[in-house]
Amino acid sequence: MGTPDVEAVWRIESARIVAALTRFTGDFGLAEDAAQEAVAEALVSWPRTPPADPAGWLMATARRRAIDTIRRRVALRDKYAELAAGEVVHEEIDPDRIDDDVLALMFVSCHPVLSPEARVALTLRVVAGLSSQEIARAFLVSVPTVQARITRGKKTIAAAGVPFELPPPAERRDRLGGVLSVLYVIFTEGATATSGTQLVRPDVAYEAIRLARTLAALLPDEPEVHGLLALFELTAARFPARTTPDGSPVLLEDQDRRRWDVSAIHRGLAALAKASAGGLGPYGLQAAIAATHAAAPSVEATDWDKIVVLYEALARVAPSPIVELNRAVAIAMSSGPAEALAIVDDLVVSDRLSGSHLVPTVRGELLTRLGRRPEARAELELAARLCANERERSVLLRKVAELD
Amino acid sequence: MAKYLLIMRGTDASNAAMMANIDEMMATSRQFIEDLFKAGVYVAAEGLDDPAKGVVVDFSGDTPVVTDGPYGETKELFGGFFLIDVASKEEAVEWATRVPAAPGAKVEVRRVPGSDETPN
Repeated sequence: MGTPDVEAVWRIESARIVAALTRFTGDFGLAEDAAQEAVAEALVSWPRTPPADPAGWLMATARRRAIDTIRRRVALRDKYAELAAGEVVHEEIDPDRIDDDVLALMFVSCHPVLSPEARVALTLRVVAGLSSQEIARAFLVSVPTVQARITRGKKTIAAAGVPFELPPPAERRDRLGGVLSVLYVIFTEGATATSGTQLVRPDVAYEAIRLARTLAALLPDEPEVHGLLALFELTAARFPARTTPDGSPVLLEDQDRRRWDVSAIHRGLAALAKASAGGLGPYGLQAAIAATHAAAPSVEATDWDKIVVLYEALARVAPSPIVELNRAVAIAMSSGPAEALAIVDDLVVSDRLSGSHLVPTVRGELLTRLGRRPEARAELELAARLCANERERSVLLRKVAELD
Repeated sequence: MAKYLLIMRGTDASNAAMMANIDEMMATSRQFIEDLFKAGVYVAAEGLDDPAKGVVVDFSGDTPVVTDGPYGETKELFGGFFLIDVASKEEAVEWATRVPAAPGAKVEVRRVPGSDETPN
């Protein structure tokens, strides 16, 4: 038998191992350290002696390392005695319990006491099983930065005494919202990189999709989890058409819709149907907007009236300047640029999106359509200066050039 | 990341062994699918009926020729599949080693190209 791939086994097992060990030791940071030690040992040991049961090997080794650490902590002698005597956990994972433990792990990794960066790093490291190198690559930061976020995150959880359990019913909705927003941040980084040379990074978005699928499997009765998954699937379905082979962005109106991933669209629509159970929430509404695009043969033949209605609903349940801006774009398509420009001008006055390239981008578009070329040019040039993604910036500069 | 198709290939002997323990095999298959689902990698999975009940449509001639029964002289017959969406080929192989299969059966691991690539 060949040597099992440590990284591949870890990808599959990380959440279950860290969850079971956290339950076993009551110490999230210790559990994560012990699991990482087991992975490091596997890298040395497996090529020499391939294990018959790689997943079981990792779990057993991590458990031993956790016990070693506890044993070394003299101050925790009582805890060790309790562990050694009590057979707190069996080698076999209890499938009924492990699901709740994996869920608890997601809630801890996304806990509100953590900084947003630490939530993302811990979720990818502990639940998704990514290495610090992979996380650093995903978020275009250095490896020491990621390691520092993870270390600090674990200390914060210990210092705040965050219990390893599912949130109590009163907090559940908020806490689930916190988990969903971490997945959303990861997906968005993959769908439109905030900086760097690539517009779309499907491998980063994939991690969010995979985590959302896990969450939907563990919480099948939560409509917004399905709504988020639907949004991811329907958005990712367009990735193959969103860039040219050399990586330049392709605008929605220019996309070859035959390149959209039909299977992903169907998975997205199925998830959206589940999300619709009790009326759509913010993610479900965004998914419904993506579904309306997915159903249209072209930009012109898109049901823009429906998209306007969905954005109005979204603006009521989750008001934000970005939603307003998108509503303006939809109104421009359904009723014309003049009405849309009024909404964008209100946004400019309210100054809620200053510093973002998005407002001048849209304003520049609308002014172009209204034939107000000098103003359009100034807006698009401003947008290009503010935009941190090189690929998006080149599109903006092309639009400026087209105004000449 | 990419999708992979894990293709079950059974022989007469492995199929007989599977049928002898069909209840256990069904239970472990359900558990395996559940594991795929909770790991966030499940896309689709189906098992196929007896190949003898199948039909082959042959396009070698001018018009398609329909014959009853299993496909040609093949010793290992396609018996089912799992379509998974995983991080790497190594992960697909790791899942393939966990497929519930009777002794003598094989699992073939094949990558599914994205809609923006042509198969090669």
